Amino acid sequence: MAKILVVTSGKGGVGKTTTSAAIGTGLALRGHKTVIVDFDVGLRNLDLIMGCERRVVYDFVNVVNGEATLSQALIKDKRLENLYVLAASQTRDKDALTQEGVGKVLNELKENFEYVICDSPAGIEKGASLAMYFADEAIVVTNPEVSSVRDSDRMLGLLASKSLRSVNGSDPIKEHLLLTRYNPERVSKGEMLGVDDVTDILAIKLLGVIPESQAVLKASNQGVPVILDDQSDAGQAYSDAVDRLLGKEVSHRFLEEKKKGFFERLFGGN
Amino acid sequence: MNIFDFFRDRKKSNTASVAKERLQIIVAHERGQRSTPDYLPALQKELVEVIRKYVNIGNDDVQVALENQGSCSILELNITLPDR
Repeated sequence: MAKILVVTSGKGGVGKTTTSAAIGTGLALRGHKTVIVDFDVGLRNLDLIMGCERRVVYDFVNVVNGEATLSQALIKDKRLENLYVLAASQTRDKDALTQEGVGKVLNELKENFEYVICDSPAGIEKGASLAMYFADEAIVVTNPEVSSVRDSDRMLGLLASKSLRSVNGSDPIKEHLLLTRYNPERVSKGEMLGVDDVTDILAIKLLGVIPESQAVLKASNQGVPVILDDQSDAGQAYSDAVDRLLGKEVSHRFLEEKKKGFFERLFGGN
Repeated sequence: MNIFDFFRDRKKSNTASVAKERLQIIVAHERGQRSTPDYLPALQKELVEVIRKYVNIGNDDVQVALENQGSCSILELNITLPDR
């Protein structure tokens, strides 16, 4: 049975699209046929992160409006056999997506894919609520920072009350916490909320911790999902997170600061 | 970190614990509000309008609260009338 997974956060700029691209690519790498759907109508960016921005012909809204078929709009990834992208529209019409239209497209995708990843826009408006409405599982992307944690808690409230699963009384959406832009050094100095602090407050299961990493910007510059950079800390952390999503027990890495030598501490930057 | 920081006292104020404390309070508060139904503000507004037909009261003079006690819910109305 296909699974619909929403990547959401409330707050913007925490790494939803980076996460959608990485998790989707990770699932495809492991042999699962996956599509990543951009719900950020008007501000699409998943195509850039995935490196397929020049191959967008038709988009999500075209499919909803019947102007194109799904197979015309789906963009096949050039690197992986099992990976597809459905781009958001750049229209300024806020009501371009309807619950009925989105439901129809997602149902069609469920017939052809094992995983449908919904990349939610920031905020709690229509795009964000539609992205989560049909979800079976949710990845709540959070930075260790007060506004992001508060917004994540708000999203958890919405996931529990404003989704198809809550409306028809079936099992609630399974929630996963993904802590991104984590800096163990600052945590140990008491300058940043630690993993335990955030899991204490949000009280949901931790899917992974992605360290603040230069690899993320490098990857987005090139349009390559960071998970494909398997030498990087962020890439490896995402890879672990995908394994956990698939039910594997993997211990968390990159939670401790790297030990610096005496001279590095004396003369090193920051 | 540079050579000066290295010799400075490393135990500075722990801002992360301040953040955690503030978050715990605000999140608990907002979760409490989450369980109240969406119609309470509208109900409060309409009550003010009805009472205003007879008595001149301010917008904040009607307080509406819903309390859940097991299987029953209590809707508490607190209306402050102006001094005569």
